[in-house]
Amino acid sequence: MVAYIFRRLGILSVILFGSSFILYNLAAISGDPLEALRTSTDPNAKQQILALTRTLQLDVPPPLRYFLWLKGILAGFTGHIDFGKTRDAQLVTSAIATAVPTTIRLVFLATITAIVLGITIGIVTALRQYSRFDYAMTFVSFLMFSLPIFWVAVLLKEFLAIQFNNFLANPQIPIIWITGLSVASGVIWSAIISGDRKRVWQIFGVVALGTAALLTLLSLTSWFAKPGLGPIVVFGISIGIAYGVTQLSTGLQNKAALRSAQAMAVIALVLYYPNQWLFDHHANWLLIFAQLAATIGIAFVVGLKFAKIDRGPTIRTAAIAGFLIGIITLLDRFMQTWNPYMSTDAVNFRPIPTTGQVNPLLEPGNFWFTTLDILVHMILPTIALTLISFAGYIRYSRGTLLEVLNQDYIRTARAKGLNERTVIMRHAFRNTMIPLTTIMVVDFAGLIGGAIITERVFGWIGMGTLFNKAINSFDLNLLMAVFFITASLSVIANLVADLLYSALDPRIRAGKG
Amino acid sequence: MAKKNTSDVETTTQDGGENAIFNKETEGLSQGQIVLRRFVRHRGAMTSLFIIVGLILFVFSALDQKIGPFKVPGWWHYGTEDLPELRSEGCKEGLVGCPTFSLRPKFLGGAGFGLGEHPFGQDDIGRDYFALVMRGAQRSIMVMFVIGIIGGTLGTIIGAISGFYRGWIDAVLMRFTDFIITIPAIIIGSVVGYHFGNLGVGFLAFYLGLFAWTGLSRLVRGEFLTLREREFVDAARVAGASNRRIIFKHILPNAVGVIIVSVTLLMSGAILLETALSYLGFGVVAPDVSLGLLISQYQDSFTTRPWLFWYPGLFIITIALSINFIGDGLRDAFDPRQRRRITKKDRESAKTVKKAGA
Repeated sequence: MVAYIFRRLGILSVILFGSSFILYNLAAISGDPLEALRTSTDPNAKQQILALTRTLQLDVPPPLRYFLWLKGILAGFTGHIDFGKTRDAQLVTSAIATAVPTTIRLVFLATITAIVLGITIGIVTALRQYSRFDYAMTFVSFLMFSLPIFWVAVLLKEFLAIQFNNFLANPQIPIIWITGLSVASGVIWSAIISGDRKRVWQIFGVVALGTAALLTLLSLTSWFAKPGLGPIVVFGISIGIAYGVTQLSTGLQNKAALRSAQAMAVIALVLYYPNQWLFDHHANWLLIFAQLAATIGIAFVVGLKFAKIDRGPTIRTAAIAGFLIGIITLLDRFMQTWNPYMSTDAVNFRPIPTTGQVNPLLEPGNFWFTTLDILVHMILPTIALTLISFAGYIRYSRGTLLEVLNQDYIRTARAKGLNERTVIMRHAFRNTMIPLTTIMVVDFAGLIGGAIITERVFGWIGMGTLFNKAINSFDLNLLMAVFFITASLSVIANLVADLLYSALDPRIRAGKG
Repeated sequence: MAKKNTSDVETTTQDGGENAIFNKETEGLSQGQIVLRRFVRHRGAMTSLFIIVGLILFVFSALDQKIGPFKVPGWWHYGTEDLPELRSEGCKEGLVGCPTFSLRPKFLGGAGFGLGEHPFGQDDIGRDYFALVMRGAQRSIMVMFVIGIIGGTLGTIIGAISGFYRGWIDAVLMRFTDFIITIPAIIIGSVVGYHFGNLGVGFLAFYLGLFAWTGLSRLVRGEFLTLREREFVDAARVAGASNRRIIFKHILPNAVGVIIVSVTLLMSGAILLETALSYLGFGVVAPDVSLGLLISQYQDSFTTRPWLFWYPGLFIITIALSINFIGDGLRDAFDPRQRRRITKKDRESAKTVKKAGA
């Protein structure tokens, strides 16, 4: 195995060497960084040309200059990686160092959302194959495949940001919207759950009425201007989470798991006010992580307490439920910050921004304001990226699950008399995840380089912006740095995917074939 | 739950019956005929095929075309270089060049059904936007086909050679493929597009095609690796067939499904790549027109003159969506495991046939 990894790494470095050599020369011969200066009438032009030639070593021909560049990269092994200098005589490394976190912030949440949403919908469509929901989702995913992201972005800016901000000035939902949304959610849910005609109508009625009541309530209380959940609603949602997670994780007949998940909800309720105090007085990322760790710890203890035998699944259920309940608690805190945040001069009651990554006018210092500011700036890009990329996950998880459901071991599992939940979640879903995992890994790497357009549309300053700048100003070192990072990530992700595949699927042996 | 289980049991007992229905349907047909039948039955794909063929005819016949020394006149009365005056009649307060296209009949208070002078409106300097969108769509469709053909040919050849000969040829070709794969498509496209974009859209498409074959070549290689071990290849070899004959006459026809499906997906990706590059300013450049370029030029006027933004986008989506659906239909048609849903009608007709036989 170790030998295999080393052999692969060797091949990878050769590949990276080759492709960087090709790209370096391709980029170097196709443009002259001094072109603008040569035709310039500036009396200092000559001096500038000399200076630029010196910083960028332009007197060395490109194939040789490549090796000078490579020397800087190879110095990375000693801890002093050197990507050379940009045209402005600044270190490329520092430009990259600020750009990479921005891009990751942009891409990370979108990828997670796309994966969770895509796989969920994909599995539902596979379980309801050939239903109307399946056909509708197939159409939607093809539509998403065919959307140019810059086009979607403009639509989102107009309809989600500007119109929503207008709506917040007077947050009354018009009757026609309430009706439309209620009918739509009724149709969607009845299509997902499905059953005979009577049941479909029942589900439709319940969901539509429920949605209508909820929206009316939100509208009457101007909830969108002053959102918040409060301990009671948080508890209600937590109980819902407890049931949902238990159903998916172990099945409701496992009383120990259900009790421990419910216990997590009760603990969250008891700790609601202490948590608020902590949020108010010691707000920082350290606190959030400490609470995450505490949640897992509590889940462990609770799981041990309730389960006499078969403790693993119980602890797992409690931990997942606790994690989700924690997210709801955090969400509640952000909602409480919403109105004060909107009222600041910097935001001025138009909270959803159309461009930029942070609001430069916002005064720093308040943890909740700055974090919420980052989050609202992420809303539009995240939705745009999610829309574009989740279609692939729908198609792929649907196809894989359908294939898995045709396997003999599924028939065996059903023949043994296992219930449908166990067959789907334990036998089918886990095997569906094997090929999906490898795709996810590769996708993550690809997105870092693939967010160029998104960054441009939403005015973020990340890798894509650097890349744009590099191309437009013939900044070879900057271009190569962007390329080197995206390319290394993609080859390493491919290696990780292969290793992961062999780890997850014992039939595949890495290193043979 | 219980209900679900019984329905499963039912399906298993009916398996034999279903097989009989399928066998009956494909009796005496060649592989090609079966594939064609399946494709024709795919409603989405057939609709998309009609749409895309209609669209291509519509778009390419709209404007004057220069083919060599000949000039074929188009049916639309404006070209991309004409500069008619900006009209303001019928527009909202303070706007000029709004679309004259109207679907609302006169008795409902509209302008009556008709195209009018400028159905898609006019751009900043008064050029007819319908003509511009047509030109842009021509460019996009052309780029799509050029990339599809070049990428498809290269990918098939490289994958076929690599999978058939194996050994060091395979190793070298696949490492070369890895070279190209490591460079993200948009980066290659930008570098290439930035420097060759001004040479015209044909060149741009050609160079993009040179980098677009990697995924296909891997697929074809995989297909060749399995097919070359099959008995019919051994039989051909024993009969004294040359390598070339085995590749082209025996293996390639069996791999054609994978290739066609993959090329359609390549094409739908290509149209998005072209529009994205033009949007970034690295693709088709200013005097020429492309759908991506139009969107990029007029995205800021969305709130005031939304038609400048809607029409190019709708054309991109229509083209890409149709190609994607055709690809899906082809995949279903070529997939031997793919089965159509058995309807009640099929069961009944099978029963009547059985009864008539008995």
